[in-house]
Amino acid sequence: MENIENKQSRRTFMKSSTVAGGGLFLSFTWLSGFVTAVPVGEAPSGDWYELTGYIKITPDNIIKLINPNPEFGQNVMTSLPMIVAEELDADWQKVVVEMGPHDNVKLGPQFTGGSNSMRMYWRPLREAGAAARQMLKEAAAQTWGVPVDEVTTKASMLLHEKSGRSGTYGQFSSKAATIPVPKGMKLKEVKSFNVVRNSKKNVEGEKIISGKPLFGLDYKYEGMLIAMIEHPPAFGMKLKDFDATETLKMPGIKDVFRQTLYEDGFEQGGFDTRSFNELLVVVGKTTWEVMNARKKLKVTWEPIGDTLKNTMGGRNGKTEITVPGELETTTKQLEKFKEYAAKPAQQLRRDGDPETAFKNAAQVIERTYNAPFLAHNCMEPMNFFAHVMDDKAIVAGPLQAPGWSEPTLAKLINLPADKIEIQMTRMGGGFGLRAYGHYIYEAALISKRIKAPVKLVYTREDDMTYGIYRPTYTTTYRAALDANKNLIALHVKGGGIPEHAIHANRFPAGTIDNYLAEGWRIPSNITTGAFRAPGSNFAAASEQMFLDELAEAMGKDPIDFRLELLKRAKENPVGRNNEYNADRYMSVLQLVKEKSGWNNSENKKYSRGVAAYFCHNSYVAHVVDMVMRDGQPYVERVTSAADCGIVINPDAAINMIEGAVVDGIGNAFYGGLTMVNGEVQQKNFHQYRMIRINEAPKKIDVHFVQNEIDPTGLGEPPFPPVFGSVASAMYKLTGKRFYNFPLIKEFNSLNKA
Amino acid sequence: MITLNINKKNYNIDVDPNTPLLWVLREHINLVGTKFGCGVAQCGACVVHLNGEAVRSCVTKVSRAVGQKVVTIEGLSENENHPLQKAWIENDVSQCGYCQAGQIMSAAVLLRENKNPTEQDIDNAMAGNICRCGTYLRIRDAILLAAEMQRKEKK
Repeated sequence: MENIENKQSRRTFMKSSTVAGGGLFLSFTWLSGFVTAVPVGEAPSGDWYELTGYIKITPDNIIKLINPNPEFGQNVMTSLPMIVAEELDADWQKVVVEMGPHDNVKLGPQFTGGSNSMRMYWRPLREAGAAARQMLKEAAAQTWGVPVDEVTTKASMLLHEKSGRSGTYGQFSSKAATIPVPKGMKLKEVKSFNVVRNSKKNVEGEKIISGKPLFGLDYKYEGMLIAMIEHPPAFGMKLKDFDATETLKMPGIKDVFRQTLYEDGFEQGGFDTRSFNELLVVVGKTTWEVMNARKKLKVTWEPIGDTLKNTMGGRNGKTEITVPGELETTTKQLEKFKEYAAKPAQQLRRDGDPETAFKNAAQVIERTYNAPFLAHNCMEPMNFFAHVMDDKAIVAGPLQAPGWSEPTLAKLINLPADKIEIQMTRMGGGFGLRAYGHYIYEAALISKRIKAPVKLVYTREDDMTYGIYRPTYTTTYRAALDANKNLIALHVKGGGIPEHAIHANRFPAGTIDNYLAEGWRIPSNITTGAFRAPGSNFAAASEQMFLDELAEAMGKDPIDFRLELLKRAKENPVGRNNEYNADRYMSVLQLVKEKSGWNNSENKKYSRGVAAYFCHNSYVAHVVDMVMRDGQPYVERVTSAADCGIVINPDAAINMIEGAVVDGIGNAFYGGLTMVNGEVQQKNFHQYRMIRINEAPKKIDVHFVQNEIDPTGLGEPPFPPVFGSVASAMYKLTGKRFYNFPLIKEFNSLNKA
Repeated sequence: MITLNINKKNYNIDVDPNTPLLWVLREHINLVGTKFGCGVAQCGACVVHLNGEAVRSCVTKVSRAVGQKVVTIEGLSENENHPLQKAWIENDVSQCGYCQAGQIMSAAVLLRENKNPTEQDIDNAMAGNICRCGTYLRIRDAILLAAEMQRKEKK
């Protein structure tokens, strides 16, 4: 949108906030200068006419589109409304976008994760737009007394060509709102799209660059207090006793108390993971006062011992797990990996007779890859607001999955779900962490206890050392080659704490006659969960690194080798359950080969690495061009090719891929969380190395496979293949293969040795 | 009681003089564009201008700002029309957006001191600002574009 329209949007926005007297837009009143507690002025209650849950129109033709899904930087706040605008035939320049309240009935699943926003909402939003357009056409046809089929639409206008009559959507909005929502409307042809497949700027861009309150930490509420949690110094420890005498003498401090999160036997939902259950809470007036007062706490901690965890739902139904109390250390975890890797493991897939093939092999190549825990390190530390009253509750903050957290929240504060209002603020990053609801529950329990509105705030140290991390993984690949260097068998066996990253039915399964996949797990008290392309991020890294080494051993070009395997998968696949489309996989490899000038001699000055991966429904391949700079590997250029079906918002899609590439390089090179006796060793950004601008590539060249397949997501798919392409480029650069993440740590230790 | 001059306005605030400027801005004056990211001057989300210099407000005691001119993202321009803000929109830089105010405030000092920065100059000046979403390439391009706009405005 152009600047001028955004200014109009803001005016309209203020107006819509004023309508909040009716309660409909209550969720947003805080955005317009913290007026939550201030009575709002009277406004005509019929100002906005609702045509389906996603569309509201004023008589003066302002069209408000409701974004259903939480926004954490993937740009759904722009791209989802674009889909509605397309089928509605709305003038995008005059559209206003608003974040919807939590309302699964009106607004669908409302879940940000699994790169699913596009996939989940593509059809419902098209249908909503088409239905509303039809309602407007009906309203105009009735008013003009003409057949509805003769009414056409263009840019928020209704037209009847024969009689020369025309009117705005706004003029007919009140009448259209009374017409029942039609079903089964014919949707547009892809080639006739004029909003979708055209780049539109981030609808919140201006608010971001001018510092408007958007995020959870910016949320204010009359009488709001600040709470923080003093958590154990190590995983495996719990609160024993505390003395808050000095803390309570500190300015601004209201209360210090012990709070249990889940009572014994509480059945946790699949996303109710929490690091610690016994909370030591400090409540005060301001964040700084609480931060300072925490330093005066005298606390004794004790080992937690083995504990029982009850989980309901999730993939495994109702489960009871014993969580070991051991104080874990990274070096010992790596020793345990070796011990477990040698034991029999759960078979996940078997094709042919891999044992015999390995026995008959002329050459066996075996390589083991290791990766550490990763912290999400969202720029906005975890926080949530809660105001739990006797008969209702308001919670507000950054959250990926409101519908998953609500049942547990309702149980914990003993209120029916319909008495709980969940407001979703813009998130300062999520990367999977904000799918977990524990910090909402913590905030709500604190509010309930102190009978006051409160915002729970994590410091960076809390956020980093009290996390739900990417698990630590190990995977061993073995390949059997015959005397002619043909690949005759592949064996992959992986494990991790607390899960493995083996996706047994993904490529290259289906391309090798003799194939065995196995996985094992080590339970742990270190809390782990979803992290950008969960499981896939390391699965892709180890698989693609091994395929690169295998191609070399077989004397093949790494792209051609993959294409040969995919040709087999297409023409004569092994097994039936192969979870990928060989054609689409090939198309991203062919596109990246072409666009990177893979065989061009002018690119010889670069050390090049390639990788491709399919996960979360989209296909992505990267070619990384690396150089040595000041004694350190540096990724100077990247060429990316993606197939995510129809690209809704091309420039924003490019932005996602650029970001995933930078994030991938950063995590491949530097990312890692280590522990000594349960204590996280990286507590803030001076110890946890994040990629910075001087380490980002000079150029990332992004290309899309052009097709008309229904769109899939881009938050996760471009991330996993970065790791393998970086590692393979490092091999070309240094002549050494790297097997342990973070790669720069291994590079520096080899250089020192 | 201390008096602060922020974005050309005076504020009288009753606050412990050791409080970091960040928290005074965010919680006493309700200027929340300046972000809390790390609290230890490592991420740059909290950068503001103190007499025109970029400072990390999370480690700057409010007492240091007394009698000085503080500018935050909210006061960088009259109508969000600083060349950097325009360039940020033009290049659609933001993803989650949380770090971007700090990025712009750091870049504003660079552009004042160096009218024609190279990519190397930008990398040097901006290495203190983390963007977890990885929008660094767009940040670089936006600064180059803003420099160009600034040069054209001067002509």
